[in-house]
Amino acid sequence: MAEEKESLFSKKNLQLLTGPLGSQNPITVQVLGICSALAVTAKVESAIVMALAVTIVVGVANMAISLLRKTIPNRIRIIVQLLVVATLVILVDQILKAFSYGVSKQLSVYVGLIITNCIVMGRMEAFGLGNKPWPSLLDGLGNGLGYGMILVIIAVVRELFGAGTITLPIAGELRIIPEAFYTACGYENCGFMLMPPMALIIVAVIIWIQRSRNKDLIKK
Amino acid sequence: MELLNLFIKSIFIDNMVFAFFLGMCSFIAVSKNVETAAGLGLAVTFVLAITVPIDYLLNEFVLKPGALAWLGDSFADVDLSFLSFIIFIAVIASFVQLVEMIVEKFAPALYSSLGIFLPLIAVNCAILGGSLFMQQRGYESLAEATVFGLGSGIGWFLAIVGIAAINEKIKYSHVPAALKGVGITFIVTGLMGIAFMSFMGIKL
Repeated sequence: MAEEKESLFSKKNLQLLTGPLGSQNPITVQVLGICSALAVTAKVESAIVMALAVTIVVGVANMAISLLRKTIPNRIRIIVQLLVVATLVILVDQILKAFSYGVSKQLSVYVGLIITNCIVMGRMEAFGLGNKPWPSLLDGLGNGLGYGMILVIIAVVRELFGAGTITLPIAGELRIIPEAFYTACGYENCGFMLMPPMALIIVAVIIWIQRSRNKDLIKK
Repeated sequence: MELLNLFIKSIFIDNMVFAFFLGMCSFIAVSKNVETAAGLGLAVTFVLAITVPIDYLLNEFVLKPGALAWLGDSFADVDLSFLSFIIFIAVIASFVQLVEMIVEKFAPALYSSLGIFLPLIAVNCAILGGSLFMQQRGYESLAEATVFGLGSGIGWFLAIVGIAAINEKIKYSHVPAALKGVGITFIVTGLMGIAFMSFMGIKL
């Protein structure tokens, strides 16, 4: 790699941050991190919190691994990575328990499961181990945001059609579909949207839309 | 009887894949043909059935609030539960490594058919998820923890073999180009999930 001086926000670095939002999206294109993505999307609030937690963990873990990359023996790198991530996740979990206990209860085991989230491992393997700390941080944050974006889209669709509300972290529960609708027009919530399998089908639809707009993604 | 109920419940009603979306990553990646899917399913079942009881013992005698009471009175109010993530993942990762070495030494044939999947299992969410659910739901005996681990493993096995079989058939049908591959796998998994939902509400 050429040792040229480049500014902190050069075009290449910005690409690392924005790529995962679109054509390099971790969920819809790389198909990583589905495990925890789907279970937390019944409410927008938990999706946002989860997205933030994952973004922070991926960013920091990626940077930490990148700082350590020259000292980690290749054979035990998986264990080292797991330990770094597990430590970060414990921090996130304790902070969540201290400051927003309700959400922490809602997310239940899925906070712990950030440890085995494939995005975290995948980015460290593919990027953190071979790049400098600053690009690694950006790459991690970008992937976290790309993951979060999909999470929030799924959650908005599910909560809006499933319960007629949008729950935001600080603002609380907002009713989007007015009460009058239910009484006057006989509108019914689609309770099915809140069931786990619908999350899968919404992801499939997002993938479908993205791939039909961007033909390059079909059959790599 | 209780144990049998728990076993059936963890296979069908609380299925790892369809009810909690655990282990989706390898689930999507390895569901191309039935044979490899069965190999991975078997390995996951095995590891789950061993690590959940180990983690149960650790939780019971080291991590739980007051678990260290056996060391003496001064340890009675120590709460190490915040360490559970790191301990569980360390147990899983080292156990997977151990299994890999033992299988390689004593059953080379099995190793060559399973080999590539073993390291992958350490980062399979279903394994860590199994231990975390065990801790959260507070199973009361070693037998319960073992049965739960084994049952969830079998549930995962059924799910991945099922989806692999469907995927083998889907190859011959006309799927819209943009939906091919991952997209249709998601939809099929969703539909299978809906089918498994019919087990919900069964009281055992």
